[in-house]
Amino acid sequence: MSFEEIKRQAASEWKAMQNSPIPRILIGTATCGMAAGAETIMEALNAELAKNNIKADIIQVGCIGLCYAEPLFEVIKPGKPGVFYGDLTPELVAEIIRDWLVGDNPRPDLALGTRGEGTLKGIPKLFELPVLKPQVRIVLRNCGNIDPTNIGHYIANGGYEGFIKALKMKPQEIIDEMKKSGLRGRGGAGFPTGMKWQFCHDAPGTVKYIVCNADEGDPGAFMDRAVMEGDPHAVLEGMLIGAYAIGASEGYVYIRAEYPLAIKRLVVALKQMEECGLLGDNILGSGFNFHIKIKEGAGAFVCGEETALMASIEGNRGMPRSRPPFPAQSGLWGKPTNINNVETWANVSAILQKSASWFASYGTEKSKGTKTFSLVGKVVRTGLIEVPMGITLREIIYGIGGGIPGGKKYKATQTGGPSGGCLPTSFLDSPVDYESLAAAGSIMGSGGMVVMDETTCMVDVARYFLNFTQSESCGKCVMCRLGTKQMLDILQDIVNGKGRPGDIELLLEVGDAIKNGSLCALGGTAPNPVQTTIRYFRDEYEAHINEKRCPALACRPLISYYIIPEKCQGCGICIRACTSEAIKGGKRMVHVIDQSKCAKCGTCLDVCPAKFSAVAISSGAPVKAPAEPVPVGGKA
Amino acid sequence: MKVAPAIEGARTATPGTDKAIDSQMNEILTHFKGEKGELIPILQQVQQRFGYLPEQAMKRIAEFVHVPPSTVFGIGTFYAQFKLVPTGRNIIKVCRGTGCYVRGAPKIITELENQLGIKDGDTTPDMEYSLETVACFGSCALAPVMVVNDKVHGRMTPEKAKKAIGKKSE
Repeated sequence: MSFEEIKRQAASEWKAMQNSPIPRILIGTATCGMAAGAETIMEALNAELAKNNIKADIIQVGCIGLCYAEPLFEVIKPGKPGVFYGDLTPELVAEIIRDWLVGDNPRPDLALGTRGEGTLKGIPKLFELPVLKPQVRIVLRNCGNIDPTNIGHYIANGGYEGFIKALKMKPQEIIDEMKKSGLRGRGGAGFPTGMKWQFCHDAPGTVKYIVCNADEGDPGAFMDRAVMEGDPHAVLEGMLIGAYAIGASEGYVYIRAEYPLAIKRLVVALKQMEECGLLGDNILGSGFNFHIKIKEGAGAFVCGEETALMASIEGNRGMPRSRPPFPAQSGLWGKPTNINNVETWANVSAILQKSASWFASYGTEKSKGTKTFSLVGKVVRTGLIEVPMGITLREIIYGIGGGIPGGKKYKATQTGGPSGGCLPTSFLDSPVDYESLAAAGSIMGSGGMVVMDETTCMVDVARYFLNFTQSESCGKCVMCRLGTKQMLDILQDIVNGKGRPGDIELLLEVGDAIKNGSLCALGGTAPNPVQTTIRYFRDEYEAHINEKRCPALACRPLISYYIIPEKCQGCGICIRACTSEAIKGGKRMVHVIDQSKCAKCGTCLDVCPAKFSAVAISSGAPVKAPAEPVPVGGKA
Repeated sequence: MKVAPAIEGARTATPGTDKAIDSQMNEILTHFKGEKGELIPILQQVQQRFGYLPEQAMKRIAEFVHVPPSTVFGIGTFYAQFKLVPTGRNIIKVCRGTGCYVRGAPKIITELENQLGIKDGDTTPDMEYSLETVACFGSCALAPVMVVNDKVHGRMTPEKAKKAIGKKSE
């Protein structure tokens, strides 16, 4: 079958599905959906449909990004717009089937929003909601919309059109188009993609390689996973175009083993490409050959660094080497190699399909297009988002994210994972692009965005990241291997109440030395979380060191839990919940925590009924509570 | 006798005797050509089959891909996925990614350590459970997250963690 025929067939099948006389239910079954219980929802759905004798198509789709509302599904009744329902339980599924599919009530009280033509009374349009309105979906164009295991769905939505267009262009024209688009590497460093391609294209040699870096190692980031799970062909088509432009006939996807579902989706997608003649020898009769292999990582953060990644593919320990030579000259097995990140690849076909100037119309002067972020941590609407470059942090956190939960105060946003930094309140109105984030001492990174509130201790966060980089350092460079250990030891002391005057200065000094003395970006950026938190939250460091006090009441060695005598009703709930048996008291007696036994787990605080709120935390001062239980009300 | 709780996805095969390991290695190696680039995929297969890298398996692999045993051992110790000591039938992994950390992963880890009576990185003496923490599962929006065998559990609380490993709530 020619591609034209495949396309016609895909389009007619897609149309038939859209006009199907039976209802369709699109359920999100990416890893997030599964973790939230999508499997239980599917079982309930099948049972309810059978019980009510309803025939419906159930289609498993990728992540639409509204992870906070998972598990969720979209119910499309013939002739009506699709209705999204979130926070599903088997009981809610039964109600929705009964009222909307059997009956005619779309349940506006449960619906999140509608998608598609037409409106339903009392239900807003999904893409008009604050969480989605500011978003521009280029990379995530198909996520949550198509069945990722069906290449026909991808093709019917413009898939492989970019590659078809590329085949009609000269390789140099494609590279020029990439340069014109202004696309920069989405893995974090932001190197112009077109230029990278040019270097590899110009490198002498007939054997060249293409690599997709899917070793998404930053803790707190999952954009690439979502793209590979929800729209794997978008990534693979980008690789196909890149290979054609550069002149490579072999490609690798280096993906971390922690992403089993993404691996599964890629394997299925590769097989379908072969069946459609989009992969292998003489692709679509063009004379262009390209093969893709999947290489699973084995759990090493440093393998996200390109030279370490290549070493790992070759079967070695993933240790970076010095550059030059750059991979474009001498990469995998000494051959010219071009490495791009998942999200970068996913942009490529969209750019060719629509044009470089269309892509460049989004974003700022130096940062074009969109960026996906995983918005997580202390924010109401956690999820996967894609926004135009240059949007402010405030628009992301308070607009899309809906602010901080529980009425708590915003403290900082961490971008760039262990290589990035923490941005305080003063940066809320700064634009999010490569330059602004770098100026603030952080980096764009791959797109992890972790929001922190007043209960997060910034010294502890810095310690957390150093603990991570210290254990992930490959050990090759002395400064990285030993310097991160020294910094971690100092931070460990500070959060344990053993900080000494001069520690802050020492941290800064060691940090600079690590930056100067490391070959790769792991060491080159490892001190960033410490240096930015010292820059913006120095007072927290000083409180830990000088007053042995944790202002966020988070560092266990520096805090004490106690029961406020005026509030305690002597109900005994905390006594029963305490696993350390550290709470004394009887019925109608004010309970007292024995500080020598307390493990500081915080269970008592969690279980104390909100109407009493009798458990409190203090830091840096002796607790204000009696030593032994006294009768409630203070009368002996 | 204590009956192990049935958890989905528990590993059933045990490494067994040296001879058993040898015959299983023969089977694994038939899928490979003996190229250096296959070293990590082979080790991954062995890890998956046995739950760790037995010493004699590493020696076999070294011969097979024509590298010194020290190279295989070096790779085995470099990557977090590989274990050099036997692990339990049920692998419990708790995410310590940033999203999970700020949303309470340390409490989940403490609860599991208390429930199982082992520390992060250890295996129960009856070889039923191994407890690990991993860098990030990439399900941060549902933090805190834990994975029991291959099943991902989101929005964990200490109580839910207890249930996920088959311990009844009191």
